[in-house]
Amino acid sequence: MTVARFWRETLRRYNLGASKCPECQAVFFPPRSVCPNCSVHRKSLTKMEACQLSGRGEVYSYTTVHEAADGFEMQVPYVLALVKMAEGPMLTGQIVDVDPKDIREGLPVRATFRRLRADGDDGVIHYGYKFALENGAAAKK
Amino acid sequence: MKAEGVGIVSYGTYVPRYRITPDEIGRVWGVDGVAMGKNLNIHSKSVPSPDEDTITISTEALRVAMTRGGIDPRDIGAVYVGSESHPYAVKPTATIVAQAIGATPNLTAADFEFACKAGTAAIQVCMGLVASGMIKYGVAIGSDTSQGAPGDALEYSASAGGGAFILGKDPIIAKINATQSYTTDTPDFWRREGQRYPSHGGRFTGEPAYFRHVTECGKGIMASEGTTPADYQHVVFHQPNGKFPQRAGKLLGFNEDQMRYGMVTPWIGNTYSGAALIGLANVLDHAKPTERILVVGYGSGAGSDAFDLTVTDNITNFDRQTGTPVQQDLDHGMTINYSIYAKFRGKIRLSGE
Ligand SMILES: [Zn+2]
Repeated sequence: MTVARFWRETLRRYNLGASKCPECQAVFFPPRSVCPNCSVHRKSLTKMEACQLSGRGEVYSYTTVHEAADGFEMQVPYVLALVKMAEGPMLTGQIVDVDPKDIREGLPVRATFRRLRADGDDGVIHYGYKFALENGAAAKK
Repeated sequence: MKAEGVGIVSYGTYVPRYRITPDEIGRVWGVDGVAMGKNLNIHSKSVPSPDEDTITISTEALRVAMTRGGIDPRDIGAVYVGSESHPYAVKPTATIVAQAIGATPNLTAADFEFACKAGTAAIQVCMGLVASGMIKYGVAIGSDTSQGAPGDALEYSASAGGGAFILGKDPIIAKINATQSYTTDTPDFWRREGQRYPSHGGRFTGEPAYFRHVTECGKGIMASEGTTPADYQHVVFHQPNGKFPQRAGKLLGFNEDQMRYGMVTPWIGNTYSGAALIGLANVLDHAKPTERILVVGYGSGAGSDAFDLTVTDNITNFDRQTGTPVQQDLDHGMTINYSIYAKFRGKIRLSGE
């Protein structure tokens, strides 16, 4: 990914910047400029409000990755999950600091700030959200 | 040095989840790790995940502080990050941290370096900016992911973690009565540009470096404040291992009760710039109104920064639960073996890297 393209997504990756439809209250991540629920009435156009996800959610579904994507070699095996956020949107992200056998659907998670990838040894380092189990969530199995 | 009315508005810490024991490290190098751990008074040390660094640790610690204090990011006028393991040689840690808490663009930011005392130096600068009215709140972070060369004595202690402090005038949970420093040119520990691991002056690291600076600085601030060790309920020292601070405390006349909460290195290792700040955070996690705290940091090269603080009534209603209280990090962690540790810390290098 180019430096410029990643930089444009900083608000979303660093701060979970989302958008909210003032008509039906639906929250979108990544942010949208028109609400698909209300677009028939074109009511939401230019009215979508910027907001920020709380970072809280729960594991909706997950998989354990053994064949690492480029740059993730040192982290295999790792857990990749669909996370249903408290505000509604579904996000894909890695669940960090967890033994894959301790993960299951419905566990509460929160967003955490991590290194996403680095462009080689001399390129830029990309940061953004991943997810961690809420304190003690793994212990309650 | 005084900065009238300035104190700690909020604080937060972050310590990576993984732990490794001296026993496990010694096993790999054919060294009696248990004896080594006893010598250093270190039971375990924290290990960062491959996707954690000084920027992520600083951000997590500061996010906790922001939430606990209910701080509006637009009120932050300065973000300073002290570390000796900034991920970039050129490109500030502080800009990424400031962006990640939503404090950009109307603030000043910079990275600080002074071995393990860069974080306390950042607190002093924030005190000045707040006292002069130039900013409302200033952020000082001390955070590191330091490494010892494989097999080196430092490998048993060098760990990762950080503390973030928000300085301001109102409302403060602890007033900073005074700060004082003691600085000399002492080559006890260094890392040249481009070198992967630091070098140290062996036995030179003790007497003329850590102990001289910490005790002189501690005596100095008590002399100018007209206090004695008996005036403080808590004392926190920089803690490169679990033994040095115990001895420094004894030399200055403090007892174990006073040092109890300020000691964190025996369980999480030496977090370098984070060490004194995480120790102070643990003290604040347990502190009661009117209690007095002495903090003496240390950075190789060399210098000490001391702070004399008094806890205010605001601590009673302050949120000390959001994030992870320090005690939880001392009590819990996920223990890993040396192979996982070597993989995590990049001691195994992939071909082509
Ligand atoms: Zn809508």
